[in-house]
Amino acid sequence: MTAPTRSLAPATSGQLATFRLDGDLYGIEVEHVQEVLRSQQLTRVPLAPTAVAGLINLRGQVVTAIELRERLGRPARPEGTDPVVIVVRLHGEAVSMLVDSIADVVDVDAGDFEAPPDTLEGQARELIRGAYKLDGKLLLALDVQKALSA
Amino acid sequence: MDGLDDIVEEFLVESHENLDQLDTDLVALEQEPDSRERLSSIFRTIHTIKGTSGFLAFNRLEEVTHVGENMLSRLRDGELALTPQRTSVLLQMVDTVRSLLTSIEATGGEGSVDVSAVVADISVAMEDGPAPAAEAPAAAETAVEAPAAQQAPAEKAPAKKAPAKRAPAKRAPRAAAVPAPAVEELPETPQEDLRADLPEEPVAPAPVAEEHPVPEPAVADHPEGDGVPASDAAGGQARRAVADSTIRVDVDLLDELMLLVGELVLTRNQIVQNVARQTDTDLIRASQRLNLIASELQEGVMKTRMQPIDHIWSKLPRVVRDLGLQLKKSIRLEMEGRDTELDKTLLEAVKDPLTHLVRNSVDHGIEAPEARKKAGKPAEGVLTLRARHESGQVVVEVADDGAGIDPAKLGAKAVQRGLLTQEALNRMSPADVLQLIFLPGFSTAAAVTNVSGRGVGMDVVKTNIESIGGTIEVESDPGVGTVCRLRIPLTLAIVPALTVECASDRYAIPQISLQELVSLDAEKAANAVEEVGGAQVYRLRGELLPLVRLTDVLGLTSERHDGHVVIAVLRSEGRRFGLVVDRVINTEEIVVKAVGGQLKAIGLYSGATVLGDGTVALILDVQALARRALRTETTDRQEARAGSLQTVSAETDRQRMLLAAIGGGRRVAIPLDTVTRLEQVRTESVEKVGNREVVQYRGAILPMVRLDRHLGAYGETEREVLEVIVYSDHGRSVAIVVEEILDIVDGEAAVRSDIDDMGLLGSAVLGDKVTELLDVRAAILAADPAFYSAPASSSTPAGVPDSLLEV
Repeated sequence: MTAPTRSLAPATSGQLATFRLDGDLYGIEVEHVQEVLRSQQLTRVPLAPTAVAGLINLRGQVVTAIELRERLGRPARPEGTDPVVIVVRLHGEAVSMLVDSIADVVDVDAGDFEAPPDTLEGQARELIRGAYKLDGKLLLALDVQKALSA
Repeated sequence: MDGLDDIVEEFLVESHENLDQLDTDLVALEQEPDSRERLSSIFRTIHTIKGTSGFLAFNRLEEVTHVGENMLSRLRDGELALTPQRTSVLLQMVDTVRSLLTSIEATGGEGSVDVSAVVADISVAMEDGPAPAAEAPAAAETAVEAPAAQQAPAEKAPAKKAPAKRAPAKRAPRAAAVPAPAVEELPETPQEDLRADLPEEPVAPAPVAEEHPVPEPAVADHPEGDGVPASDAAGGQARRAVADSTIRVDVDLLDELMLLVGELVLTRNQIVQNVARQTDTDLIRASQRLNLIASELQEGVMKTRMQPIDHIWSKLPRVVRDLGLQLKKSIRLEMEGRDTELDKTLLEAVKDPLTHLVRNSVDHGIEAPEARKKAGKPAEGVLTLRARHESGQVVVEVADDGAGIDPAKLGAKAVQRGLLTQEALNRMSPADVLQLIFLPGFSTAAAVTNVSGRGVGMDVVKTNIESIGGTIEVESDPGVGTVCRLRIPLTLAIVPALTVECASDRYAIPQISLQELVSLDAEKAANAVEEVGGAQVYRLRGELLPLVRLTDVLGLTSERHDGHVVIAVLRSEGRRFGLVVDRVINTEEIVVKAVGGQLKAIGLYSGATVLGDGTVALILDVQALARRALRTETTDRQEARAGSLQTVSAETDRQRMLLAAIGGGRRVAIPLDTVTRLEQVRTESVEKVGNREVVQYRGAILPMVRLDRHLGAYGETEREVLEVIVYSDHGRSVAIVVEEILDIVDGEAAVRSDIDDMGLLGSAVLGDKVTELLDVRAAILAADPAFYSAPASSSTPAGVPDSLLEV
């Protein structure tokens, strides 16, 4: 099981910034994260792909916001709950994603890494590199590049 | 080694600048072959390049410039006369030098550029000369000859030119090189001279300057200073007078400054908006001051990036000359407004499109001399470049006095290429037809030349101009000439824009496309906005303006339910349309921010911006919007029309009909596609010619037919204002007077009968009432018996509206 996983995405040790989305815990490499913001005013973009939640004003810079629930095929965020914005820097450009809430920065060990659980379905499977087995819970490692190239 | 790299770089920059000047000088020299001034200037430029290239061990470059220099020195000394052939050889040399420089720039070496051919050509051109002076001198001779040649200007003009000389800081050492020491230096070869100087003067230009003891060589080193001294008014280059106090600044740095200023402007907007709600007078005063200073700073920084358009125009005389020679056409190039300034980035972006337009005009626009004589024009064609500032934009025109474009031919070609249907073409105005040249894959050149006419021209020009937020349109008078007009924003970074609201979101529309705003209250809107073939139109001062609802384009639902209609009249590609929005907010200076790839792919937004209150607004791409909205509409209608043609024999069926009352309770239907305009005419302006009524309309005489009289109805006899339907075909127009314009209906469901009368085609039930179908042809003949007998493509009378909208 580990061999094919490695060829897909090498298991890495290091720090992951974690966040919650629809009850699950996800993580992205901490070095990608530029900043985390409280809910922001979004400007919708008509005719854009559904995963594009809108544009936000990040200190004068216009940044596209991707709704991660939509990307991962999860149900829409319940009414009345504000998303948290994680601003990510990819290839020198800032993109942001909307998640439910932010959690800790976690040290992970390559030894705990496994391929995505078989129960993962559809497009989510494409975007998840694999899972780190933490104490009592699973941390899903998100492939930021793929997730934000909606 | 860094030092050396700097030297090479400096050398390249200067040489390129000098070469540009050289092109201009050489072409100008042909006009006045006796100008010593120009010859000296050219000579010095080549000499400088030669000297430096020898020092930097670019041997081939040295070889080419060396023979060139020889020829120039003999030209200057009057041993040789300047012939067109020699000018061509010299220009060829300039080209070779340029490609060598390019190669050096790219690879650091001279690459594989072959110079032997040019060298041979120059030698031949020199031997042809009448002066039996020494054969092309060997390399050893040069050192003697070249400096000797320099003596002439040194002796001739030092006193006169000394005041014009400029001495930037880095050239301080040259101050010592007044004419007297110059003479002492002459016997030395330039190379030795340079090497001797190198230790104290590691920067290339300085040694180069040293090698030129004559006062003017400074020119060779000046970006702005170019070839001829300021006293040489004949050159007309006033801009070099400023060269004194200029410094070179990295464009990247300016870009960064511009970005920062953009941010500052945004922040300023936010502060000013917030402060407007405050009562603290100190704060208000401070914010007003900030407002002012930010505006001035923005203007100042924008100015630093401004360059006169002459920078790109200066290359065009050469282009025109070469092309003219090649095509055996005689062309005079005139330039107006060459000091019009625009942003450097934009200038670069406009360069290629402009060159293409000029080549196009020379190739296709201006006729061969014989053809011109036949047409009663002077043999010499005139190509005019005009640039000017106009309402925050730069307008650049390329105008020729050539054959012009014949809309009929152009339209036929477009149909033949399958770019549009004959049907659609028939309904286009001549002005619209002209814009067809911007369609991809279009070229009207009868013969494909290697100059242009490969079918990839104008659409690329258009794409390029649009990519910098500009627009292009073409106007043409057959037989008189063609004008291509570019409208370019002053700068890319900060653009004035109109902010509008649509479905409670705000959007920005660049002012460059905006013509006017129309606001209609519910009552007026109900009357004034009409349906034509499923598309809405608005009668704007009699012209039919197609309407596009922004909500429809964006797939949103309007939140305006009170029936008010707000129309932004936009211009795109020479045609107008009305964009219906919910509300107009205000005008604002916006800073264009790029949007991510996935948003660009939507093709409706040219970017985004942050508004004064901090919200993000999308910037609408008007061109794309027009293309998307208007084209789908036309194709829809074309399909509808095509379908109707197959199923129906009578021409009135399935057509949109204009319903008009003609008095006595009678209603007449007129096929809408024969209607070009709706007008109102005051009764007192109706005049008589014989027993016919006419009205002056747009500078021409428009024959009138009163439908009530024509059809024997008895309407109100005299009213103050007459409702007029203008019908135009092949450049002739008539006016059909009705009592009242009632409605536009779909003739599809009509129950028809052949009960008719004189002047009618029959009758039908339209809108629940019996309506007479007008025999348009008969009505028109009643007004203008010659209407259909006039030659189909007779010259267009001035009175024909030049911007008819497709109905």
